[in-house]
Amino acid sequence: MLRINCPFCGSRDHIEFAYGGDGSISYPALDASPEEWTKAVFERENIAGRQSETWQHLYGCRMWLRVERDTVTHEIFSVAPAHPGMGTHEDSQ
Amino acid sequence: MTASRLTDGGLIDRQTPLTFRWEGKSLQGFKGDTLASALLANGESIVARSFKYHRPRGVMSAGVEEAGAFGTIGEGGRTDPNVALTTVELHDGLVARGQNAWPNVRWDIGAVLGMFGRFFSAGFYYKTFMGIPPFESGRGTGVWMQYEKLIRRSAGMGTIARLPDPDRYEHGNLHCDVLVVGSGVAGASAAIAAAEAGLDVVLVEQDFSVGGELLSRGDVKGRSKLQSLRKSIEAAGVRVMLRTTAFGLYESGVVGLLEQFPYSSGMLPRQKLWTLRSQHVILATGAIERPLAFGNNDRPGVMSASAGRTYLNRYAVLPGRSVVVATNNGSGYQTAFDLSAAGASVTIIDSRPAGDRELSDIARGRNIDVQAGTAPLNVVGRRRVEAIEIAGRAGNAWAKKSTITANSLLVSGGWSPVVHLQSHRGGRPVWNDQHQCFLPQADVEGITIVGSAAGHWSYAGCEASGLAAGEGVVRKLKGELVRFDLPAASEPKTPVDPLFIIESTHPKKSFVDPINDVTIADVRLANQEGFISVEHLKRYTTLGMGNDQGKTGNVLGLAVMAAARGIDVPNVGTTRFRPPYTSISLGAIAGELTGTHFKPIRRTPMHDWHVSRGAKFIDAGLWHRTWYYPRNNETLADTYVREAGTVRAKVGMCDVTSLGKIAVQGPDSGAFLDRVYTNAMAKLAVGKTRYGIMLRDDGIVMDDGTCWRVSEDEFLVTTTTTNAGKVMTFLEELLQVRWPDLKVHVTSVTDQWAGFSLAGPLSRETLKACLADPDLLNTENCPFMAFLDAKLASGVPCRIARISFSGELAYEVYVPSNFGAHLAEVLSREVDARGGCQYGLEALGTLRIEKGHVTGAELDGRTTLEDAGLAGMASKKKPFIGSALRNRPELLKQDRARLVGIFPKDRKARFNAGSILCSPNKVSGFGAGWITAVTYSPALGHWIGLGYITGGKSEWVGKAAVAADPVRDGLTDVEIVSPHMFDAEGVRMNG
Repeated sequence: MLRINCPFCGSRDHIEFAYGGDGSISYPALDASPEEWTKAVFERENIAGRQSETWQHLYGCRMWLRVERDTVTHEIFSVAPAHPGMGTHEDSQ
Repeated sequence: MTASRLTDGGLIDRQTPLTFRWEGKSLQGFKGDTLASALLANGESIVARSFKYHRPRGVMSAGVEEAGAFGTIGEGGRTDPNVALTTVELHDGLVARGQNAWPNVRWDIGAVLGMFGRFFSAGFYYKTFMGIPPFESGRGTGVWMQYEKLIRRSAGMGTIARLPDPDRYEHGNLHCDVLVVGSGVAGASAAIAAAEAGLDVVLVEQDFSVGGELLSRGDVKGRSKLQSLRKSIEAAGVRVMLRTTAFGLYESGVVGLLEQFPYSSGMLPRQKLWTLRSQHVILATGAIERPLAFGNNDRPGVMSASAGRTYLNRYAVLPGRSVVVATNNGSGYQTAFDLSAAGASVTIIDSRPAGDRELSDIARGRNIDVQAGTAPLNVVGRRRVEAIEIAGRAGNAWAKKSTITANSLLVSGGWSPVVHLQSHRGGRPVWNDQHQCFLPQADVEGITIVGSAAGHWSYAGCEASGLAAGEGVVRKLKGELVRFDLPAASEPKTPVDPLFIIESTHPKKSFVDPINDVTIADVRLANQEGFISVEHLKRYTTLGMGNDQGKTGNVLGLAVMAAARGIDVPNVGTTRFRPPYTSISLGAIAGELTGTHFKPIRRTPMHDWHVSRGAKFIDAGLWHRTWYYPRNNETLADTYVREAGTVRAKVGMCDVTSLGKIAVQGPDSGAFLDRVYTNAMAKLAVGKTRYGIMLRDDGIVMDDGTCWRVSEDEFLVTTTTTNAGKVMTFLEELLQVRWPDLKVHVTSVTDQWAGFSLAGPLSRETLKACLADPDLLNTENCPFMAFLDAKLASGVPCRIARISFSGELAYEVYVPSNFGAHLAEVLSREVDARGGCQYGLEALGTLRIEKGHVTGAELDGRTTLEDAGLAGMASKKKPFIGSALRNRPELLKQDRARLVGIFPKDRKARFNAGSILCSPNKVSGFGAGWITAVTYSPALGHWIGLGYITGGKSEWVGKAAVAADPVRDGLTDVEIVSPHMFDAEGVRMNG
């Protein structure tokens, strides 16, 4: 079992979280071409190693998080709010 | 003469005798006994029959590594088969029996199989019975399936009870700074050191006593050390969990623990599965003594030397009066000394040519015969040890030298550190020639291994490594250092003889893994047939796949393979250990999550009211939704036809509380919903609702629902019951991850509102009668797709929307959840007064199928807007989620399956949901489409359905089609029609 250190709630079991997806994707504008959208939606790297991911603290604060994780060892290097303007409890300390 | 109980000594409580039943006999033991020690004390030498050959088996060990003594514990629903008797704590009234034997383990008819043993080598059954021509020619494995049943019956273990388990199992959560696994001197020292420094320490011990190897020592010094360790553990505030096995190590310091509870009157659960989260784990899991491979090394009376010492010193059971201790290292000697002191006549046969001078001198001083350079070749005696044939070295081989009469043979073939738990986390133990075992490496972060598990073979070494680990972990958790080193394992005082197999030119059956009856001949056969990789060896011979998972047999098997291949043990490889370390019951895994606790249940606030109206319920996700309200002896079919008919004729009310409801608030709400819905929402007028569809990024329909504009910057969005969570999560992702610039907040308000749909031509007058101001519902105030806030006659506030799923004049009425039951009372009074009814999901389904309204059955994650006939819902003026990818060429093909209505050609016929739609001349493969939903339509007077078919209705006008349901009803001729099968113009709804 993974433990994910939610920046809002603290360290929690991964079963409280839901995996979102590849955190390195930047989605194109809604009116972008189907080719650009195809790239964003379907083309994925299958990384063995360090990977950027999104997770949601589904059964907690419901915040979306950016997680840096090693897909081989499951080591988690960093967890940050996905929303760039979001302050956290830790920031205010 | 077999094993017997001594009149004094041991750690058993002679003041507390316990009565138990074994194979129907009433026997006595004492508190502090295991079932195995109590059976030995009662002279029961044959306690099991082997898996394949039905050979008599006795107790081989004193712990979880047991490879012989398996039995069935308990009766009825509490029957627990395949339990190692060495791990069962004796309690009063315990009932146990042998297994895989008939009539009993002492006299087993199946033992006749053993005589044909030479035929039953590895792979025998598969080679012999699979694919025998001519019986099986062209018949696949059919005949094998028949043989298999017979073979499985004669080969095997215990039988499970096909009864519900009456016991309770629980799950629990634990947190600590440091977890120490194993309470021997190493583990205890580490735990004490860490706890004394103020850390929160949990110490788990699989045994029912703290002490580890100290429990097996009979000397005064050992006993006093045991006492002082126990006192220090308590004084330091270590949290001790007995009967608790750390069965698995996982990421982030998470450890799975299984706690067994002592037998009690039923107040406690039987087992508890703990999830423990720790900062650091110290493994003091000890080492397991290995057997040697020699002829008939599985006879009752052959056990490990350390087990012999444990039975003597801990349980006061003398394994035999005349004992041979066979060893290839120094550790067997102490057993011999203790046995000799207890009055047994002992012979030590030490395979090392030079023996061990220091220990031999002590032995001779105690009148113990030591024969260096000798080893056991064969055990004489069919049902128990009667004599041992001793071999001497003859060059590289062994030759029989003498025969010693004895009734117990205690074997030490070296020690294997218990490295399993570290292996769960990817640790790779490395073979050490000097120690003749796999030693763990300090290669996994957050795990420290101490004591004999790390190759420390002396008491002082174990204590020192434990202390160093305890002190090191304190400094690490304080942040004073990143890693700490432990004292290296010291060399064994005298070398371990790399001896695994003793055989002469006429080898007898010699077991590597007694649990699965794997012999050295089987391992050699595997080599001969090319199964030389350790993973192939395991699967071909089943070596290490028994209950003990190869705790004793694995290294021996590797050694046999290494010898057969002429390579070194480490070059054969080792399999990786996976959780669980010892078996855990399915009951413990399930815990309390059984029956109605399997998943949470969501009930609407009107649930009890529905029950009082005789409602039947159906699951929709976690929700219990009303299904139908039978009257008198009505069937489901009778009921829904009546309910749907009543709605069309008069009025009906249906609980719609479970629909997802999301409050979308903020100045950018309109812009946000414009991006999310395929149709325009930003310009929706305040007080209006609109049907809306959301797509996924890939252009496929995700969900549909309604969108209500509450104010300039607030909307209420409804979703289907089953997709509520998915939609909510998606909206949150969009706002937090993709479009953080939008000033919008979403809140789930599903639980805040309770609501009914009120549908039917009389719905307006019915609802009017419930309101404080009935005029609010006049068409000019509340036209189709409008909503407004009102008050019930009782003053309870409500929100009313004129929207329709049934195709009738209809309203949805919501009140704050607390008033849900009140709303039900108020509405039902007026509904009943007008001859209306309550209706459930089944009738709702009928009404929507008649109208061709789609639900999850149609929007199944593969459908586009065009497929579902909803292309008009896609705005051409603005982009939205999915607008780019819905135009992928494949999704725009005209021959995609499109939503259609389906009538039976013969209007009296019926057909089934799930049928495949085909051309009558091509009933094969995937057909041309499928049926998603069917119902009897009271409005049309015959069966109807919805489904998808290639090209849609226009392709099938005038063409014949069949609904193929080959398993159930065969073929039904059908007619493909518009999905809008009833009131296609919507006159009733808009009226």
